[in-house]
Parts: sequence; structure tokens; C-alpha cells
Amino acid sequence: MDDFLNSEGITLSPRVVFPNKTLPYLLVAPQLAITLIFFYWPTGQALYQSMLREDPFGLKSKFVGLANFRKVLADPAYLNSIKVTLVFSLATAIVAMGMALLLAVMAEKVVRGKGLYRTLLIWPYAVAPAIAGMLWLFLFNPSIGSLAYALRGLGIAWDPLLNGNHAMILLVSAAAWKQISYNFLFFVAGLQAVPKTLIEAAAIDGAGETKRFWTIVFPLLAPTTFFLLVVNTVYALFDTFGIVHAVTGGGPGKTTETLVYKVYNDGFVNLILGDSAAQSVILMIIVISLTAIQFRYVERKVHYG
Amino acid sequence: MATVDLKDVKKVYPSGVEAVRGVSIAIPDKELCVLVGPSGCGKSTLLRMIAGLETISSGTVAIDGKIVNSIGPTERDIAMVFQNYALYPHMKVYDNMAYGLRNRGTPKDEIDSRVRSTAKVLELTALLDRRPRELSGGQRQRVAMGRAIVRNPKVFLFDEPLSNLDAKLRGQMRVEIKNLQRSLGVTSVYVTHDQLEAMTLADILVVMNAGLVEQTGAPLDIYEKPASTFVASFIGAPPMNLLPLLQGPAGPALTDGKAVDFAPANAATLGFRPEDADVTFGADAPSGALVLPALVEAVEPVGSESFLHCAAGGNRIVVRVAGRATAKPGDQLRVVARTEKLHWFDNAGKRVD
Repeated sequence: MDDFLNSEGITLSPRVVFPNKTLPYLLVAPQLAITLIFFYWPTGQALYQSMLREDPFGLKSKFVGLANFRKVLADPAYLNSIKVTLVFSLATAIVAMGMALLLAVMAEKVVRGKGLYRTLLIWPYAVAPAIAGMLWLFLFNPSIGSLAYALRGLGIAWDPLLNGNHAMILLVSAAAWKQISYNFLFFVAGLQAVPKTLIEAAAIDGAGETKRFWTIVFPLLAPTTFFLLVVNTVYALFDTFGIVHAVTGGGPGKTTETLVYKVYNDGFVNLILGDSAAQSVILMIIVISLTAIQFRYVERKVHYG
Repeated sequence: MATVDLKDVKKVYPSGVEAVRGVSIAIPDKELCVLVGPSGCGKSTLLRMIAGLETISSGTVAIDGKIVNSIGPTERDIAMVFQNYALYPHMKVYDNMAYGLRNRGTPKDEIDSRVRSTAKVLELTALLDRRPRELSGGQRQRVAMGRAIVRNPKVFLFDEPLSNLDAKLRGQMRVEIKNLQRSLGVTSVYVTHDQLEAMTLADILVVMNAGLVEQTGAPLDIYEKPASTFVASFIGAPPMNLLPLLQGPAGPALTDGKAVDFAPANAATLGFRPEDADVTFGADAPSGALVLPALVEAVEPVGSESFLHCAAGGNRIVVRVAGRATAKPGDQLRVVARTEKLHWFDNAGKRVD
């Protein structure tokens, strides 16, 4: 070791050096094992499976190269699923973040019972996705739902079981509703971090309340907003499986079949394992590139401090 | 161009705390009024009430003759420089300065010319494209000033604007603020806890204590005739020496029993400034003067002058001597205060002439 030594003989290197060569590896081994078994092994399996084609009885499989990918990408049902996912994810992220920001700004203004408001607004996050889905399903069920009854009372022919748009609205509502709490929490923290003197300076500078929000507060919330954008996109893409499964099951038709739901449907329901694996690989590529793009380009426009 | 008039202004917080307990100040047009006092005396609260950032519990604040109690900060046409500068971190220097003008719908080319000319005055031209985090403390301070000046408001408010700067820069900025304020001729209110800043900047000095005004006046008038023991000990560095007096059989006397025969009958405290006394090692002292035997405890040489910290009969006093001090810690000497420069205060701490 050739670390710099000062006069007291204390190493100036900021790194901690273990005297034992094997100890550091032993210490990281559990984490590595978990990562390898639960992340890399399935990933490897998916990559491998995506190039195999199985016979209907699962007795033998054949290596087919990229044929599964060609088949999936040429499938109109798959392209439709991409479109559905895009609409669903965007709508969910926008609704969830927009509502959360609105509620956070409102909750900031409350003088009495601030804590109570916040606590109540955080509760929905504790509800499991499938349960959240069921709640909304019952509320908006055309025959028994109380809110569906109200909608029909307003003259809207509400029928998520037959109308794809209605089904999508229901799904987005359920998915966004559950995520609002999480976003709310971060926006409240973000709002609190905006220095009060900046708001005062802006007020003296002649900016009204709305203008202050859009020119000072919102730009300063950018790091929070960016973080939530990543989290919400990932949430809408993956964590909403339970909601889709409980509320629409991908229907009516295939109007609410998101990519994740289609992977499940093709693989575990229809047992077309090759197609399903190819789809997961595509999904993996989408997510990796999406995250990379977000960090590379969106973060550049974000001002920290 | 405007006057600022405060009439019996009070601030009571919902918790019952009285931050400002009835303050009246009249600031004539184009003058710089400094509010000075220890922390918690209500000076910042008062400034924030003038700005419209705090509600006024009672009394009136008038700008340019118009009562502004119910008008928000946006419509008061004031500009404020904050202690932490409060620059918008996501905007460039140019946009920081242009923000107020844009909000008021100033035409674009006028904004540009005003921002650029202000930047030139403050030597910020080269920094217009930078963001606040890329600036030094002094530069940020200038931008904050620029943001206030560019709007050409009726009143400038300064909330301890120099307290985050180092001593040298503070001295420079002090002169610069004074010059700018004078050349622009904008009525200003300046809050500080630094008595040196207060003395050098003020046209009108307001000394505050515990939510009340202790004394208002020209800085040197206040220095020469402090209205109370509080003002006497707050204005001036080192502060005035204050010695308690006892009521002896022959009138006021020092704590060691020595009568002070030239004291007013109701004097309870005697004061003299460090520069209004001489030291002598000899036993003979001029008759009629106040002579205090003292033991030197510490010597502070500042260069052009030295301060002797002495113990005199249970009191601590500071005496200024010009140049290099000959006395050393442990020396026994006599402090001779000039009689015509003595200050007297009564039981309540009020000045007695």
C-alpha cells in the first residue's frame, strides 16, 4: 500500500482499507447473492427463453434465435398494447402528480390541523394495489356502483365493461389515486424546502400568488418533480399489474392491456412462453432506455439549489 | 421619492408576544433611517411591517402620505434587500434583476436598458449570465442591491444586508450603499444590529430596545447625548463606561463612598466615553475632575489607539489612549475623566442634564 502518510503516521486516504483480503468479499456476499438469484438469474432466464420455442405440451423446446421478437413486434395486438401502455402511463403520471401538487399546495396553506390533513392524505398509500382496484371497481360498477349511479344520473352512459375509454379512465383513476399519497408526501417536503424569503422577495417584486407559484415555487420544485416523474413512470409501467388485473383484466377487448399485463397473459394464461419472454426483454430495454433518457436529458434542465 | 411615516405602530403575535409596542417614526424624503438595536428588539418586525410582509396590529404605516396598512407588499412600490439576499437560484443575474420589471409589465427594451445600466453602476455587467450559486458573497450582495435599484421604487428597505459579508467587504459595501442611496435619492429604512454601520450610514438613527424606540436623532447627536443608559451602552465601541452612584449624606457618591460633588442631585449613574478620559501614573490629579484609581487588567492595541481595560473600585472601565500604550496589565494608575464630558442618568436610566 502506498497511501500518503502524514507526520502522525495516519493515512490520508479517504478509503477504508481492510487488512484482510477476503473479509470485504464476505461482507458484500449476501447482497450479491440476493442480486444474483433474484435479479440476474431471472434476467438470464428471460433472455434465454426469449430465443426458444416450446411445443404446446412443454415437452421439448427449440432454439429459434430472434424469431420470437420478429413475431411479437409484427403482432398488431402487441403494438396496440404499446399504445395502451403509453396512454395509461402518461395519464396516470400526470393525474397522480398534478393532483398531488394541488393537494400539497392547498395543505401548505392550511393553518389549523395541518398535521391531520397530511396524515389523512397519506393513508391511501397503505392500500394494496389490488384492493385499490377493487374499491374503484365497486364504486364504478355499472350495476351496483354508487358513483356509477351518480354518473348515470348526470346523463353519462357509464359502462366500463363495454366502453374501452371508460375502462381506461377507471383504471387511470384507480392507479393515480393510489399514487397521489406518495407524490403528496414528496411535494409537501419539496414545498417546505423552498425558502420563505424567496416568496417574500417575489411578492415585493410584484408577483401575484399564481405568478409566484409558476415562476418561483414550481421551478424550485423541479428536483422533486423530476424524481417523482421517474418513480411514477416506473410505477405506472410495472406496479399497476394488480390494478389492471382486478379492475379490467385487460378488457374490454384489449383496450386496457398494458405491456406488463400482456406479458402475464401470454406467458401464464396462454402459455406462449417464448413470446412472453421476448416481450419481457423488450420491456426491459424500454425501461432501461427510458430511465437513461430521463436522467440524461430531463435532469439537465433541473436546478438544484 | 416618498416619505415614510409610522404612527404608534404595534405588533402583537397571536401567541400574545408584543414584538413592537408602539413606535412612531417620521422619515423625510430621500433620507436614510437606520433602525438599530439588539436582536429581538423588534427592528426587523418593524421593517417587515413597512414592507407589508407582516400585518400591523395597530397604528398606521404611511408611504408618501398614503396609509398602506391594508395594501399588500406587491402594491406598496418598495424594494427590499434581504439578509440572505433571497436571489432566485434558478434565474440568471439578468433575470433576477428583470423579474420585478417584468411583473409590472415594463416593455422589453426598457427592461433591457434599465437592467444593463444598473448592472454597469454596480459593476455586474460581466456577471449577467451567471446564476447566483456561481457568485461570491459580495457579488450576490450587489445583485440583491441591483434587483432593488432597477425597479426605481419609492422606498428601499434593507434587512441587515451586510451581516453575511466579511469585515473588509462590509466596510466597502457600507460606503457604496451610502453613496448609492444619496445619488439615487430614495428614502430608505435600514435595519442592523451593528452600531458602527448604524452610525456611519444613518441620516436619522433610531435606537430600539424591547419593542420601543429609545432615542431618535442624528447619529452624532445620539452619540454625544444618549437619552438613556441603554443607548449609552449600545452606541459607541467600546461602549460608554457606566458607574453606579449611591445617595450619600452629601449627595451622590461613588460606590467606594467618595462623594461626587458636581453631580446633579438625582443622578444614579455616571457615564463617560473611553476617549473622554486620560490616564496618569502620578499621584497628583487636577481638582474638580473625576479621578478613579484603577488597575489595568488588559491592554488592547488597535494600532492608532489602544484600549486599557481597568478595574476601578468594583467597576470595569475602558479608557482609550492614543497610539501605543505605555501601561501594562497589573499597573496601578489613575483614570481622570473630563468633567465637561460626563453624562448623568437617573434611577430610571434616563438622561439628566
